[in-house]
Amino acid sequence: MTEPLSFELSRPSVDPPRLPEADVAGPNPSDVLPREALRSRPPGLPRLSEPEIMRHYSRMASLNYSISENFYPLGSCTMKYNPVLNEAAAALPGFAGLHPYQDEDTVQGALELMWRLEQALCAIVGVDRVTLQPAAGAHGEWTALRMIAAFHHSRKDVRTEVLVPDSAHGTNPASAALSGFQVVEVKSGPDGRISLADLESKLTPHTAALMLTNPNTLGLFEREILDIAEMVHATGAMLYYDGANLNAFMGICRPGDMGFDAVHMNLHKTFTTPHGGGGPGAGPVGVKAELVPFLPAPTVERTNGHLALDYKRPQSIGRVRSFYGNFGMLVRAYTYILAMGGDGLSQASQDAVLSANYLRKLVEGDLEMPHDGPCMHEFVASAHNLNENGVRALDVAKALLDRQFYAPTVYFPLVVPEAIMVEPTETESKATLDSFALAIKEIVAQARTDPQGLHDEPKNLPVGRLDEVTAARRINAYLQGQSEDPILRWKAPSASTSEKAC
Amino acid sequence: MADRRYTRTHEWVAVDGKHATIGITDFAQSQLGDVVFLELPSAGRKLAARDTFGVIESVKAASDLYAPVAGRIAEVNEKLASKPELINSDPYGEGWILKLELAGELPSDLLDEAEYKKVTEAAAS
Amino acid sequence: MPYLVHSPEDRSTMLETIGVRAMNDLLVDIPQSLRLDSLQLPDGLSEFETMAQLSTLAARNRVYPDRLTFRGGGVYRRFIPAAVAAVTSKPEFYTAYTPYQAEASQGTLQAIFEYQSLIAELTALDVSNASLYDGATAVAEAAMMAHVHNGRNEVLVSGYVHPEYVQVLRAFGEGRGIKVRKDGEPNKKTAAVIFQQPDFLGLLVDPRALTAAAHDAGALAIACVDPISLAILAPPGEYGADIAVGEGQQLGLAPSFGGPHVGFIACRKELVRKLPGRLVGTAHDAQGRRGFVLALAAREQHIRREKATSNICTNHSLCALAAAVYLTYMGPYGLRQVAEVSFKRAHNLAERLTALPGWEPAFPERQFLNEFPVRLPKAQTVVRKLARKGILGGLDVSRWFRELKGVLTFTCTEVNDPRALDELLEALAS
Repeated sequence: MTEPLSFELSRPSVDPPRLPEADVAGPNPSDVLPREALRSRPPGLPRLSEPEIMRHYSRMASLNYSISENFYPLGSCTMKYNPVLNEAAAALPGFAGLHPYQDEDTVQGALELMWRLEQALCAIVGVDRVTLQPAAGAHGEWTALRMIAAFHHSRKDVRTEVLVPDSAHGTNPASAALSGFQVVEVKSGPDGRISLADLESKLTPHTAALMLTNPNTLGLFEREILDIAEMVHATGAMLYYDGANLNAFMGICRPGDMGFDAVHMNLHKTFTTPHGGGGPGAGPVGVKAELVPFLPAPTVERTNGHLALDYKRPQSIGRVRSFYGNFGMLVRAYTYILAMGGDGLSQASQDAVLSANYLRKLVEGDLEMPHDGPCMHEFVASAHNLNENGVRALDVAKALLDRQFYAPTVYFPLVVPEAIMVEPTETESKATLDSFALAIKEIVAQARTDPQGLHDEPKNLPVGRLDEVTAARRINAYLQGQSEDPILRWKAPSASTSEKAC
Repeated sequence: MADRRYTRTHEWVAVDGKHATIGITDFAQSQLGDVVFLELPSAGRKLAARDTFGVIESVKAASDLYAPVAGRIAEVNEKLASKPELINSDPYGEGWILKLELAGELPSDLLDEAEYKKVTEAAAS
Repeated sequence: MPYLVHSPEDRSTMLETIGVRAMNDLLVDIPQSLRLDSLQLPDGLSEFETMAQLSTLAARNRVYPDRLTFRGGGVYRRFIPAAVAAVTSKPEFYTAYTPYQAEASQGTLQAIFEYQSLIAELTALDVSNASLYDGATAVAEAAMMAHVHNGRNEVLVSGYVHPEYVQVLRAFGEGRGIKVRKDGEPNKKTAAVIFQQPDFLGLLVDPRALTAAAHDAGALAIACVDPISLAILAPPGEYGADIAVGEGQQLGLAPSFGGPHVGFIACRKELVRKLPGRLVGTAHDAQGRRGFVLALAAREQHIRREKATSNICTNHSLCALAAAVYLTYMGPYGLRQVAEVSFKRAHNLAERLTALPGWEPAFPERQFLNEFPVRLPKAQTVVRKLARKGILGGLDVSRWFRELKGVLTFTCTEVNDPRALDELLEALAS
């Protein structure tokens, strides 16, 4: 079951859509603009009628898996239910219809929402101020590191290194490098937590910050966090919190109290704004007082009930995105926080931890558990025990796809071989968790009796396993001028060498 | 081949007089998986031992390539541009990467076959 | 509580299965001194009360009707076909995760592939990525690509590029040690020349001359373009630009106080390995069926870590989907009609505005498409007067450019019907 491309469905005889005519006197572009300024031939966009377009996209939608239908056990991704109320709120014309350059007096409600969201996030993570500008988690990480760099710079303190645990998400080292820092890796100990001895040996007067998530990417709480904070602060460095795992402890504890100086949050994880197949998200960053002067401009300020955008921030790192951030996502997150309240958010985190431990218990006899529990909101198992049958974590992932579950995160974190990382979230019922555990049991049993059968999965999806190696080699051949077929885009057949199966 | 020496970063070097041939080891190619791309320098460039001279990519991984010895690049294996899979199928033969004109002494930290085997056994466990 | 599924009985059973007595037994790793009793937030609300609060906030904003909005500056009112929201509000699209498991994500992957193809066609360049956050970060990412490509440490911003894009570029550049220079000639330190077509004021630049100057200095040419303008204007690929970027809000996205929108980026094939963000390509399964996969992932942060050329992970897929539906709906001739109607009406409006006493074109010698700068007496008073009549008038650009005191830019698109133009003129005359 596959769907042709819109370009393949296109027919040149289809009428363009009916659109307004100019109905005023005025020139055509070709009357006044020089010929070399004009496009020589129309862009090769497809030509389809509306009914064909709607069917095309509806059929594509049916090829997708989504949280609205099924369970996404993706570790570190916090795939929880996206309340439909969020969508209704963001679509209110009083929000969706606002131009970013309207006068402040005409957008008081929007600024008030941003201010209230900031207050709520401050309360949840325990910081003094929050910038809502970053568009995604990685963008937030980078924004935080720029603030930390500016902080050290303002004290004429030359610090060039950022410490990142070996279990960290790839965006951490990438964000640090793009902020101008050298990345120094800190090792995990055998219990899956950061090695204090290794940390101590890497903390130097050149250390600008340690980037950490807690619970860490193994789903384990860093018990020594207060000692870690003290060690880091003693060297004059800052402690940065990666908010990927915030869903574990709302109302239970706060990174600000643990000693973190800067905290990024993914509104598309913990605060239920939809993932959209890969964004848009939002990645606000909270900071303690010392970093407040460096926040991106503008900030939202409230005086006597009047809200204003403050651009006069001389020590600000500047602007990290146009306008004020992904406002539509901010509306959704605020809607969620209002509906849940402090009591609901606390219960959500407790349920997330409960579900993770419950599921961990159900599958611990089937997969290896490299670290002792209890876990927080997620756990990392390993398919290492299936290797003797020639079965790998990827096979388990693909077999789950065939059983109506999305696959867990596999091969991450890198410190666990054959990692299978599962995060059930508070959205999944006990019945769903039970049936997921049952599916794992079946797959593990099949690994012993019929490993080849697992290599052939998935069988029940629109396509089977796709040959990424051949695709990558063909792309590289194109990029090196050895082929005319770009692979990365549709190309009209006349110019294409082949679009045949390989 | 007894004259093949290895690095801890999984390159091999075969020295013949003033000439050296460089590639990645069988262990390295098996860890990377199917190689899809190599970013390689041009002939003529001078490399110091330990210099990063390129990148090798599979679908799921990427790794820097380090020069095991110092020298001037005499030849780059042009076949790899269109057939990166040679690295997988014949890492010590047709999958060679660079030929160098050696400069100076060989680094003292190159490993022999037995020493390198220990490194791979430790990495695989 | 809303959105929570466990009953109290479920919770007890689950604790029992785990083998602990209470929830607190699962939280033993958290030092007692860190534990909270509760969050300092009000308790939750019913759906009805939640929506009532949000509606109250929304009502404290003033929404100008599309047809009476003459302000642009990077965000524009356009006709959005109903098909766009009908597609993007399908839960299969908006609640799907990033398409890491290709077999279960063919809908999203194909949509991105089509988006990439549409942007490549529109810009006449070889390859587009799966999207970036916005126009500003797209400019910054393009500058980083140039820096990585040729190792040079300065980018030259030519003319009136959107001031907020330049601010973001500066913030990105500081981390990488890249200097941003305004105007002047490119030289051997210049990694790229960045220009905007049409520029922030709506005026046309000479992209051929700017591209040639960049190339003569060994620099890349980065064109920041308005996607709808490309139905009329020569696309970056035709005049030899190396990278095209821009803001895609006009392709089916609501203004939404500035976001979420979508940044696009496309480049020549020689630069693709330095392109930030996700890319989707075609691949085949064992039965020979065509499917779509994330491609060239070894460039990205999750594999390359600190050596990646960008840290982008989550991008703006759903906005890219909206853009794809919009462009597919319009087709080549629909898009051209939208651009031409806007052009004609804007020129009609410009002529009428500059006939007003004291009003004059700010740059009479330069051409424009559908946004244009006029110089007038008491600009701020005029804008306030229009607001009182329910009209969102021109944008006061002196806020960013001191030399443009008294200059407003007006924008006009297919949503500003002829009667709306009359109303604007009547309001000014009164």
